[in-house]
Amino acid sequence: MNLSSGKEYISTASSSAGWKAGDAAAADQFPAGLRVLVVDDDPTCLMILEKMLRTCLYAVTKCSRAETALLMLRENKNGFDIVISDVHMPDMDGFKLLEHIGLEMDLPVIMMSADDGKHVVMKGVTHGACDYLIKPVRIEALKNIWQHVVRKRRNEWRDFEQSGSVEEGDRLLKQSDDADYSSSANEGNWKSSKRRKDDEDETDERDDTSTLKKPRVVWSVELHQQFVAAVNQLGIDKAVPKKILELMNVPGLTRENVASHLQKYRLYLRRLSGVSQHPSNLNSSFMSPQEAVFGPLSSLNGLDLQTLAATGQLPAQSLATLQAAGLGRSAGKPGIPMPFVDQRDIFSFENPKLRFGEGQQQHVNNNKQMNLLHGIPTTMEPKQLAGLHHTAQSMGNMNMQVASNGSQSSQNIPLLMQMAQPQARGQVINDSSLGHATRLLSPMGQPILSNGIAANVSTKTGIQENVRAPSYNPVLQTSSMLNFPMNHASELPGNSFPLGTTPGIPSLTPKVAFQEDVNSDSKGSVGFMPSYDIFNDLNQHKPQNWELQNIGMTFDASQHSNNLQGNHNHSQPVLVQQGFSSGQVNGQNKSATVVSKAIFSAGDSTGHANAQNGNQHLNSLLVDGTVRVKSETVADATPTNLYPDHFGQEDLMSALLKQQDVVAPAEHEFDFDGYSLDNIPE
Amino acid sequence: MDRNRLQHQVACMRRSLFDQGYLDEPFIQLEELQDDANPNFVQEIVTLFYTDSARLIQNIEHALNSRPIDFDKLDDYMHQFKGSSSSIGAKKVTNECTVFREYCSAENAEGCIRSFQQVKQEYAILRRKLEVYLQMVRQAAVSRTA
Repeated sequence: MNLSSGKEYISTASSSAGWKAGDAAAADQFPAGLRVLVVDDDPTCLMILEKMLRTCLYAVTKCSRAETALLMLRENKNGFDIVISDVHMPDMDGFKLLEHIGLEMDLPVIMMSADDGKHVVMKGVTHGACDYLIKPVRIEALKNIWQHVVRKRRNEWRDFEQSGSVEEGDRLLKQSDDADYSSSANEGNWKSSKRRKDDEDETDERDDTSTLKKPRVVWSVELHQQFVAAVNQLGIDKAVPKKILELMNVPGLTRENVASHLQKYRLYLRRLSGVSQHPSNLNSSFMSPQEAVFGPLSSLNGLDLQTLAATGQLPAQSLATLQAAGLGRSAGKPGIPMPFVDQRDIFSFENPKLRFGEGQQQHVNNNKQMNLLHGIPTTMEPKQLAGLHHTAQSMGNMNMQVASNGSQSSQNIPLLMQMAQPQARGQVINDSSLGHATRLLSPMGQPILSNGIAANVSTKTGIQENVRAPSYNPVLQTSSMLNFPMNHASELPGNSFPLGTTPGIPSLTPKVAFQEDVNSDSKGSVGFMPSYDIFNDLNQHKPQNWELQNIGMTFDASQHSNNLQGNHNHSQPVLVQQGFSSGQVNGQNKSATVVSKAIFSAGDSTGHANAQNGNQHLNSLLVDGTVRVKSETVADATPTNLYPDHFGQEDLMSALLKQQDVVAPAEHEFDFDGYSLDNIPE
Repeated sequence: MDRNRLQHQVACMRRSLFDQGYLDEPFIQLEELQDDANPNFVQEIVTLFYTDSARLIQNIEHALNSRPIDFDKLDDYMHQFKGSSSSIGAKKVTNECTVFREYCSAENAEGCIRSFQQVKQEYAILRRKLEVYLQMVRQAAVSRTA
């Protein structure tokens, strides 16, 4: 035991400045310098552990008493990266110390004991230990403890991103966004992203009612529905966070939570209606949740998503599911063609933009997930879609989680919104609901799409315009893909989407997205993927101009030329994009266009889709309720086409990206496997 | 004495300690941790173990002699003892500790007393052997090659 000035600990920490993964003196020295605090009343063990940890090149501080350890931790909140503690200690129970640390410092804690009884290990789990080591501890077990630090940070970062730092995405979006709908929530968001971030942080802390931990607000399906109901009641124009909060009357929810959620919602709606020519569409479409969802769509090509929604064709849940599916699919669901590459993405969260560019391959994974949205039922609540998208966005991590949830429909939203929640929030995306793609794309698929796409997009590169097409693809591919509400199609200014054909013809564009993912061709095809599913469903329900359908499919649609038949463009992986289906896809929507393009191409409504790119591929994907956005197929789509389409996708992507955090997980959930376009019910 | 011979003797004894089950894998980990920065690491750890063990053994003795016997406390002490002995790879000692804990959880005073005798015995044997061994190691380290 080393004593120094009465304090029974010896600090051998060599770095006080903090340790960052990959940040060590030299990258290859990682994880050297990890600041470990080891607590054990057994002097022999303590000395051995210290030596072992030092051999691992960690900065070790040892302590023989729990009280002293807490003192040290409190004095220097950021002085340690991880704590290793024994279970049996005379002055304080190790689990109690674990709780304290979790609450006050939120550091990862590893428990150790000679006791390997199941109940004790379980206790460690329930108390929140990130690992449990059995004594005698081997040095090999200590070599990898850095993973807990990295994992925790990643999760936190993700949470942060999702819950409230849409700023980044928003910022990106704003840049290229025409911002028709600038809302109070959105306004200045861009500029004050930092402020918002702080806000979010504060919010989080304020929200922390139970513990010092900062629980993220999980926008579950129910919560989201409440939110939408409140918004609709107030009227989209008049919906301000404060009033929404009042109407919702949810304990523990803060204005900031609502504000950030509203912002995302607006973006989503904007995307949905992006296809339509003017913002008013969006507004008017918000008459009711479903309407809102469809609003934009309807403007698209007469696509009566709205009607569909109105008719309740697509159950909100299913939509959500779709979204989730779309989003979640990417989560690495087996069925999902595109595994959520997210892992990579996650790391690249910091650089969403990079993701886009580089994420092609990665995005592919995401995209795949998007594709899952094929079957997304139109009724999916936009929110859900959005949520999905977001979750999808969260790429990687989120997706995974989403997938785990399996409880799709209801989860959709959470996924989207919450990317932050690693836990299977993805539920939304969970396959369960996705089964039929319909879920994903929330009611019109648009809203969702937009969100997803937006989220994706934004995250990726904040590509508002998506025009970036080439680079855009990657973006799309990633989770954001899903979200591309077709609406974007119209927005694709520069989308080279072949969709182009008609404004609303998503035709190839969407595909593009897929393709990217699938093939890592980086065609840039927007990863609309998930969205497709939604569209499919939508289509299925309503034959109405499902241009959107195409969109959804477009992603893969290019591949599936066949599906497009009629509404269902099942293959519209681009479902998301389907928002565009209203035919608006024509490149106008920056984001929507992309989607729509894809969809259109895929879809039939416009009739272009199939022809154009192999949308069929997408279509086929979309067709199925369970359309799995098989990005692979997309590969067929002509790469070149893809890019142009991507443009719209990019927009979507950016939109999605914005939401990405949320979306990511969702993607995974959607398990649209085997999009069989053929199933598209006419 | 000839260094090579000493080293040979050290190796032999080391092998027998492992073969006879006195020492286990964790002891090898200790040896591997020893380096130029800590040339006497193994000795330091073992010494620490002796000190701590002496304290724990004393506590257990006291607890066993008190009436009524506080089995929870006994188990606690023994748990600690088991933890440190297993950390240095004292295999036989650790095994005896496990037996003791079983009697303890059954609140079998007789069994506890008997098995504790075993614990102390194994501990004494190991300590003797380790002291011999480590001394030999030291000698080999400082000896010169003839």
